[in-house]
Formats: sequence, structure tokens, C-alpha cells
Amino acid sequence: MSDVVLETRDLVKHFPISKGVVLKTQVGAVRAVDGVNLQLRRGETLGIVGESGCGKSTLAKLLVGLEKPTRGEIQVRGDDLTRLTGTALRRARRNIQMVMQDPYTSLNPRMTVGDIIGEPFDIHPDAVPGYGKARAVRDLLDIVGLNPDHINRYPHQFSGGQRQRIGIARALALRPEIIVCDEPVSALDVSIQGQVINLLESLQRELGLSYVFIAHDLSVVRHISDRVAVMYLGKIVETGNDVAIYDQPTHPYTQALLSAVPVPDPRLRGHRDQIMLEGDVPSPADPPSGCRFRTRCWKAQPHCADQEPRLELRQRSSHPSACHYAEPRITTRHY
Amino acid sequence: MTDIRAHLDALPGVDPRAPLLEVRDLHVEFRTRDGVARAVNGVDLRLNPGETLAVLGESGCGKSVTAQAIMGILDTPPGHVTRGEVRYRGVDLLRLPEADRRKVRANRIAMVFQDALSALNPVYTVGFQLAEQFRMHRGMSRKDAKQRAVELLDQVRIPDARRRVDDYPHQFSGGMRQRVMIAMALALDPEVLIADEPTTALDVTVQAQIMNLLAELQQQRGMGLMLITHDMGVVATVADRIAVMYAGKVVEEAPVHDIYARPAHAYTQALLESIPRLDLKGRPLNVIRGLPPALTDIPSGCAFHPRCTYAREICRLEPPPAYRIAPQRIASCHFVREVLGV
Repeated sequence: MSDVVLETRDLVKHFPISKGVVLKTQVGAVRAVDGVNLQLRRGETLGIVGESGCGKSTLAKLLVGLEKPTRGEIQVRGDDLTRLTGTALRRARRNIQMVMQDPYTSLNPRMTVGDIIGEPFDIHPDAVPGYGKARAVRDLLDIVGLNPDHINRYPHQFSGGQRQRIGIARALALRPEIIVCDEPVSALDVSIQGQVINLLESLQRELGLSYVFIAHDLSVVRHISDRVAVMYLGKIVETGNDVAIYDQPTHPYTQALLSAVPVPDPRLRGHRDQIMLEGDVPSPADPPSGCRFRTRCWKAQPHCADQEPRLELRQRSSHPSACHYAEPRITTRHY
Repeated sequence: MTDIRAHLDALPGVDPRAPLLEVRDLHVEFRTRDGVARAVNGVDLRLNPGETLAVLGESGCGKSVTAQAIMGILDTPPGHVTRGEVRYRGVDLLRLPEADRRKVRANRIAMVFQDALSALNPVYTVGFQLAEQFRMHRGMSRKDAKQRAVELLDQVRIPDARRRVDDYPHQFSGGMRQRVMIAMALALDPEVLIADEPTTALDVTVQAQIMNLLAELQQQRGMGLMLITHDMGVVATVADRIAVMYAGKVVEEAPVHDIYARPAHAYTQALLESIPRLDLKGRPLNVIRGLPPALTDIPSGCAFHPRCTYAREICRLEPPPAYRIAPQRIASCHFVREVLGV
């Protein structure tokens, strides 16, 4: 099956920490993304979950080319985005677009909605459909459920949910195959979240889009994703389909993360097996040796400090898990 | 120390048998250039000792403004309390001289804010900020106050408190900062703690730590906790009672188990149904159509009617009365029987 539309190989992004003003010397690096391999298939949604600082947003920026990777490959339809330059890079980027988190800051307040959604066509003039840019923009507004007559309004005249629709329309303009959604609904109220998620799902069905869906809300990710990858300190620690991750997690971090999510059902109070993690996530500038989760892990052995567990199938895990002691945990249902 | 306590106990009208905290018919409006925004439109709430009351609602429903009005920290202008009472043990705080109100604040009612980084002063050490309360409100010496600050940090389980007391807010992680905020709120042993989205800015694993800490401290001290949140998961985990707010009103109030099992207000029902659930995988999520109302232009009758699936003519014309459907349950919906399915 070669319907893989996006693949990364050993993707790494280190942000240098430098010292000195005139004579700058690099004294370290924040390892935001540290060796990520992922695959995205046509029409599929890959959910990426993790807590703040785990590198999920940096990963999103790498995928759409807003950051240059330190190392590694990003293959989109056989082209390695990291090696392309000039016109070829620009063409390749069309295929992978992004919806940003904050609909209040990701739209230019001085541009009309028509200009915002039409801007991709100014950068890629040869992507303007035959019937003209104006018509294309109106169509896009219609597709995302906004009134095409509002083309001359400004972002502040729209609500948060509507602004996120504008962001989605802009991402759709160049007819990409892949859309990277970085926390697309976390700034929205629950009653509005559902509207945007339903829109994303129906667009996916109609246009055959593939999504990389990054979010910290685990129930939203479960709802929309076919497969899920869990990130911790720049690495994917566990990946599998939604049932594998949510119902049979085998990595201790995934287990702790799921158990910490408050369940909207008061009957489960006191009946859940909650794993309390101690302390905070270590700094990505100085991650622990070996397994990065070992400092907070209740299963950690001396071995974990020496040898980094690879993300692979394990004896007691039906799906890839980066833990030497991966095994399912019998718990009450999380959802 | 006993001076302030005695003074507060002797405030005119203090009745030890009166409810710990009672809000009656509270109205708050903001006078802005774009018109008058009616943020709170007749809120009634009651909090008992040892109880956790969750005030649940989406952005702009007036939940934080209600908390600010109770605390007396509303930005005035543009905010004005135009009507209502906030009674602590029978005393109406809104009519108390500022000097007395200041003593009630912190000594009896304290607050934890959402964003600890902006709520703490960046240019003073956390120890100084904690100790300041003991020096101001308790007249302690610097040395004693600092000692108390260390004890407090220890109580909220900040590791190595003796050393960390001299650190500045930015040197703490998000979760640790929220612990400092909680320590600060609890410093003077309040009877009421108002927590406004205390874990919204935190990751889930840290959120769990903080909610556990709050629950534990509440139990030890028998405090009344008013938890202001939009998170229906958090509410289900910690609340005893829930007040659901919409467009500046409490639309439903009920014990936590009742509300999740059988909501009585159309808005509560729609809100609970919009949570992504396992059985909806692969199907569209239930949504509430339309948008929350602008507070400068709240719909007539029941404010929820333009978005409501039960709405009929009467909902547009008449504000629904608060129906008492059980001893502890109130719902303001014309079609409460239909929503309940009876």
C-alpha cells in the first residue's frame, strides 16, 4: 500500500541555547523534537497528543516548513521537503497546509476576510482556478459554512468559531492533500468546538484530506483520529489506532496521561484507578538519559537510565511502545 | 491575630447561624462605549461550609464577574454592581465600608486565579508576597512571617520549601506557581475559597495534582469551595453541587449526580451532549447551534431560546421562572418537564 502521503524519518529540531552577546557560543540545545518517525495515509487522521513542551507544536511547524529541521527527512509524495529549495519547495508546500491554534492572532486584523483567504493565491498565482480568485474565495467561504457575502468584513466582526472557519478556508485554498491542525479547537468553547470538529470531518470525507491533528484534549483527539501518537519530551512514546492507545495503552506515560483526564461522569468518582505522577516534565534542554520518562515513572529500573527504549512492537504490546516494560494495565474505562 | 478575628466576628449583623456565603439577585453591568454589557443578571448562589459548589459555564456567561463581585475586586469603572446582595454570615459585603471588607477578604474569603504568572508580582519573591499577608493582617515580624510562609509552601507540597521561599515567581513551573497561589489564598485560614479556573492553564497530569491538593486542603479545613470552571470533567470529579450559568444567570442548580444523570435545563442538556463520547466516534458531534449572545444584546425571554431545540413562542416572550423541581434542584426553563422527559 503506497498511499502514504506524508512520512518523517528521524526528524530532529534542536533550538540552540547560546551565551554571550558579541562572541556567541552555543552552550546547549533545547531538544524540542528529537527523532520522530511518523506516517500519514491518504484520508486518515493522525492525532498527536502530549503535554506542553512535548514538542508537538514544533513538530507541526516542521511539517509545514515554518521551521527548518536540524536533521531528518519529511517526505511528501516522494519529495523530501527538507532538501527542496526555491520554486520546487514552494510547489511542494502547497500540498501541506496548516490551521493554527488561536483564531484571534492568526488572522491579520487589517486584512479583509477575502484578502486573508485569497492570499495563498497571490503567493501561488498558478493555483488560481480558471474562474478567478474572487469566485474561488466565495466558494471557500461557502464550503466552511460562512456567508460568501461577508467577504469584505474584517476578522473582528466574527466570533471565535467563525474565525477558525476562516483559518480553515485559508488552509483549503490551495487544495492541499494534507492539513496540519495545531490545537484547532482549544481556544473555543465546548458548544462551538463541536461545530468546528464536525466541519473538519465533513471536509475530510468530501475532499479526501489527510489530517495531522495536534491537541491536548484527549477526548477530542479520540473522536477525530484514526491513529494516535503520544509524545513526551520530543519523542513519540506510543502509537497505535485509537482503541489501542485509549483502551490498551502499554506505555506508563500514556497510562498516566489517560488516568489524569477528568471524566465527565460523577458516578466514576473514586472508582477510577488514577495514577498520580510526581513533579513536572523535565526541561527539554536537559532531558534524562535513557528513557526520558524514567524520572516520573513508577516502573523505572536502573536499566532505564542506561538504555533508551525504542518505539517498537513489544512482547506485551499489540502496538509500538517505547518502554522496556510495556504491558497493558487493567483499569476502569477512561471514556 | 485575634484582634481581626474578633473584629470580624463583631461586625454588625454577623449571625453564626446564617449561611456561610449567599448571593442574592446579583446584577453587574459594564458601561462601555459600545453600550451596557449586562454580565450578571440576577444570580442567586449559596455556599455551605465544607461544600464544593461548581459554577459552570462558557466564556462570557458571567461566572468570573460573579466571583469578582463577591470578592469586591470588580474593575470599577467600567464594572458596576447595580443590584443585589453578597452575604457572608448574614452581613452584606456590598454595603460594608472598604476597610472592613478588606479584612473579610483574605481572612474569611480568598481567591485563586487562573493565571498564576500574572497574578503573582514578578519583582518580589514568593516568600515576601506570602509573608506580606501575615505582616499586614496579623502584625507579625518579618522573621515570623517568613517562617509561616515556609510552612505554607510546605503544606501545598512544594519540595524544598525553605530554599524555594526566596525564589521569584518565574523560577517556578506552572503547576508549582499554582501551588504558591493556593498557599497565598489559604494563608489566613479563610472559610470560603473561590477558585476561578484554577487548572485551566495547566496540563492534565498537573491538573490532577492541583485538584487533589485543593480537595485535601478543603477537607482538612472544612472550607466552602466555589469552583468556577468550564470543564465538565473537572466538575464531575470534585463538585457536590453545580450551578450552570448562561448569559449572566444561573439557569440550573442541582447536586452533581442529578445534573449529569438527568439535566433539567435545555442548555445543560445540550452542553452535556456536546462532550465527545465513545459512541459518537465516526459520527458528527452534537452541537449547540448558533453562538452565545452578546452581553450588550441579550435575547428577550429566555436568553437561550435562539439556540434551543425546545424553544417555542413563550420562550421568546417571557423569562422562565426558577422552578424548584426537587428540594435541592432549581431549573429556569419553560419546558423543564420535557427536558427531564416526564
